[in-house]
Amino acid sequence: MFRIFLIISFVLLPFKAFALIEVDITRGNLNPLPIAVSPLSIDENSRKSFEKVLKKKNIGSEISLIVENNLKTSGLFNPLNKDAFLQAPDIANLKPRFEDWNLIKAQALITGKVNFVDEKLRVEFRLWDVLAGKEMMALAFTTVPNNWRRVGHIITDKVYERLTGERGYFDTRIIYVAEEGPKTRRIKKLAIMDQDGANNKFLTLGNELVLTPRFNPTSQMVTYLSYFRNLPRVYLLDIETGMQEVVGDFPGMTFAPRFSPDGKKIIMSFAKDGNSDIYTMDLENRIVEKITNHPSIDTSPSYSPDGKYICFNSDRSGYQQIYIMKSNGTNVKRISFGRGLYGTPVWSPRGDLIAFTKLHKGKFYIGVMRTDGSGERLLTENFYQEAPSWSPNGRVLIFYRETKTDQKGEGFSAKLWSIDLTGYNERLVNTPTDASDPSWSSLLSN
Amino acid sequence: MKKLSIRNIDQGAIMKLNKILKNAFLITVACLALSACATSQKAGQMQGDVYTGTDTVEYLASGVPDRVFFATNESVLTTASRETLRKQAAWLRKNSKITIVLEGHADERGTREYNLALGERRANAAKDYLMTYGISSDRISVLSYGKERPVDSGSNPLAWSKNRRSVTVKAN
Repeated sequence: MFRIFLIISFVLLPFKAFALIEVDITRGNLNPLPIAVSPLSIDENSRKSFEKVLKKKNIGSEISLIVENNLKTSGLFNPLNKDAFLQAPDIANLKPRFEDWNLIKAQALITGKVNFVDEKLRVEFRLWDVLAGKEMMALAFTTVPNNWRRVGHIITDKVYERLTGERGYFDTRIIYVAEEGPKTRRIKKLAIMDQDGANNKFLTLGNELVLTPRFNPTSQMVTYLSYFRNLPRVYLLDIETGMQEVVGDFPGMTFAPRFSPDGKKIIMSFAKDGNSDIYTMDLENRIVEKITNHPSIDTSPSYSPDGKYICFNSDRSGYQQIYIMKSNGTNVKRISFGRGLYGTPVWSPRGDLIAFTKLHKGKFYIGVMRTDGSGERLLTENFYQEAPSWSPNGRVLIFYRETKTDQKGEGFSAKLWSIDLTGYNERLVNTPTDASDPSWSSLLSN
Repeated sequence: MKKLSIRNIDQGAIMKLNKILKNAFLITVACLALSACATSQKAGQMQGDVYTGTDTVEYLASGVPDRVFFATNESVLTTASRETLRKQAAWLRKNSKITIVLEGHADERGTREYNLALGERRANAAKDYLMTYGISSDRISVLSYGKERPVDSGSNPLAWSKNRRSVTVKAN
């Protein structure tokens, strides 16, 4: 049997060689690409050195596990069980025996090598097309050993990019609100973690209520709402230094903040006398501009990636709907016309879509529509969910979902979930506590 | 249920005007009680979807309730709300040194940011009404909690109706 199989695959090889593998991500992927992630090989000296520094027995295997987990989570790849691998990692990295990998039905193969060089972590990796018997990519980089998890994410980004033709989203972080305690007296803290849930860190202590954190374009600053001294105001936080400051000097509640795509302004709502309007503040010269001027509630503003337009939420028609306008506040146009209420519009980083939350007949939906309001598509339905945030490549949305409480008012939980733009691959994003209001960073290794 | 009440009103049409009104009122009460029983809630705590009960209400002084309730997505004061606020205004006029915070709240069935704005709008509806009854705006501040501080953690219409509220809190 094996012999026949091998002969057939040999015969097919020359034909396949002209069309290297590709992964189509524009449709729901029901046949994830079988990929073999060979553990990164490591020599004994390097292994011992890393074990000393990082307390990890085999850093090569650890990094490849990160790659494997990322690929699996994307829903586009099916990493194969390592027990079936026939070739040793070090030999595979030199020259894979494609027949062996073909035998376990791998279509793509990742191999690599880790070295301890001058106190640093040097990693090289290769991506192979198994059917064509060709190397698709080879890269090497050097970094401090503590960055080993990021190395796994960067490898995944490169592989994803080579196979899908789109930028990846793995070397990224999520900022969110960590929640604890009873629903009536919820304690909320800002928290940040890697996209895969590792390196979770709390940024505030929970002494005051905090909501809706959002990254700036370089992902070093965060703007959010804090009830410090019972004065709900928009704040700015530098993640590295921990420095915080109030944004602007408003005589009332400011909320719903986001950065402009150039990172120079914060756009937000300011509520006064029962009326919320949208304002911007320039972070350099502190000049405040009023963008909307309407007796209705105008909130949840989000810029288009070119900064020329703003989508926002308004109830000027009587109910919550989505509108767009030029960034100076002119040419206001309603774009949501479906049944139900629409909130939390967020412009896609690719510019072509707006994600939103919709409430219709007692159910909440996360959906997307084109920027003129056409092509509305609902991705997921639930008892309660809201606040989508885009992955930097505009292919995945992260949002939060709350459960219904029982008769006694118990059983409440809030969790982060992600879903592909296609409506497939809905996943729980693990967090150490309950979680809400996620915001996805840009790619850190740009 | 609806059919029943219509038939009863038809019968009432032959009665004198005051009796019609009285009957209609009784029927309304009966309907509320029935619907409340049907959903196994405590009897007669909602009118439309505005909370009319007293479970969560606290008192600023004897006979002065501290809070008013709203319909879904609304910030319009009901007749009962206005009565409560007039009592609060009278109490504030008598105690002229007291300052207050109006805390506006929304239920959990709305997006967070919109609900912050809605809470602010509700608290301001109460503020405006107190001002028309002679309370200086200097004595009133407004604080919206959106949906962050429900009083009832239930996921049902009665719980939500208790949470759509503006609460008057003594600030000094």
